[in-house]
Amino acid sequence: MTEPVPTRSTPSRALSPYGESSGANLADILERVLDKGIVIVGDIKINLLDIELLTIKLRLLVASVDKAREIGIDWWEHDPALSSGADRQNSLKEQNERLRAEVEELRRKVETSERAESAGELPERGSGGRRRARETDREPGTEPRRPRRRKDDAEDRDRNQDRDRDRDRDRDRDRDRDR
Amino acid sequence: MNGPLLSCLSYAYAVVRSSDPAAQRAQAALAGVRGVADAPVTLVRSGAVAAAVSAVPGEEFAEGALKAHLEDLDWLETTARSHHLVIETLAARTTVLPLRLATVYLDDSRVERMLVERQEDFTALLDRFDDHVEWGVKVYAEIPAASDPAEPGPSAPPDTGRAYLRRRRQHRQAREETWRAAEEAVRRTEQRARGLAVERARHRPQQGTLARLPGENVTNDAYLVPRHAAEEFRDRMLHAADDLPGVRVEVTGPWAPYSFTAPLEGVRQP
Repeated sequence: MTEPVPTRSTPSRALSPYGESSGANLADILERVLDKGIVIVGDIKINLLDIELLTIKLRLLVASVDKAREIGIDWWEHDPALSSGADRQNSLKEQNERLRAEVEELRRKVETSERAESAGELPERGSGGRRRARETDREPGTEPRRPRRRKDDAEDRDRNQDRDRDRDRDRDRDRDRDR
Repeated sequence: MNGPLLSCLSYAYAVVRSSDPAAQRAQAALAGVRGVADAPVTLVRSGAVAAAVSAVPGEEFAEGALKAHLEDLDWLETTARSHHLVIETLAARTTVLPLRLATVYLDDSRVERMLVERQEDFTALLDRFDDHVEWGVKVYAEIPAASDPAEPGPSAPPDTGRAYLRRRRQHRQAREETWRAAEEAVRRTEQRARGLAVERARHRPQQGTLARLPGENVTNDAYLVPRHAAEEFRDRMLHAADDLPGVRVEVTGPWAPYSFTAPLEGVRQP
């Protein structure tokens, strides 16, 4: 290799989605340095799950941080997982809805246990019920073959994490088969 | 805020061979390079292998600080680019095993110990990567928007129900044709890689600029290619979609073999 910096032929450059002279755009670099490369646990331990979370988020970032900001991708400022201050930025409406849901939940629990007491049965485990309901609500649909749009990604970020992990497993399996 | 132990840490970028010619080449390559935190990069040698290492400030790379910094996109970009620069500089002169971002040790002696423990694995991988490069191959398709087909122009006659349905149908056909062309492009890149590439790794398609930039990234692959076939591989890929409307192939690299280091983890041996 005479030149480490990626080069591209004219046609490709003309078609480059990033308009950069080098093929080594930030997204290409990040997916390699964060997602690939040999993992050795050094003395300073980084939680690999954090890194995984980061790489999933970073898929939203393609051309450059500036470009992402231009487009309006600023999850690192609003995502609770990435910013401790994010909760404060949640809209009042969201907080309100959450509180209302909790009140509703409590009311239901009280009613259930009252009914159970009068019937002489054990009360149903309220939190379990709630969790089940939420899971059903979040049941992922079939995985689309096509890349999803940014807006969906932002909305479905949480549930995507699990699925991405599965997809990673599939991808690794594919890769093994390819060998 | 940190104890004296953390005042300076050793950041490891990559592993190379420590035999004389290889290490000399690596050292020469590193002479003009600044790594993460703008520090000079040196080789820590141990047995048959060596690691490219630089000193980094403890207050920036200790556990808590590092976690916080990873969330700072500007910091992450700077660090990732520095990390990559060291690796690609080395890759231009010798065979390298790239380490993941932010592999940090308390000091150089800890790096040495790691090299001793992993020597066999590293040597096997280095053998595999000798005279190979990684190419990135991405297929993009410019899919017409999924939403409503374009409204008729102001001069067009008033829309009839039939005209509307025809427009919808044409629009759907255009979308389907582009997807078919994209699938064909993917098939061709796979086909053209055969006989030249020795391994393939799939990355997730890149997303996020859809709102602004033309095209959806349909596949995002990496191929490990012997150096003697590298140029031919690139040419083949660049022209894989020449006659396919709405589809283009982007080739990046040559990269150090970032995408092919996984088997070392011991879970999956090739």
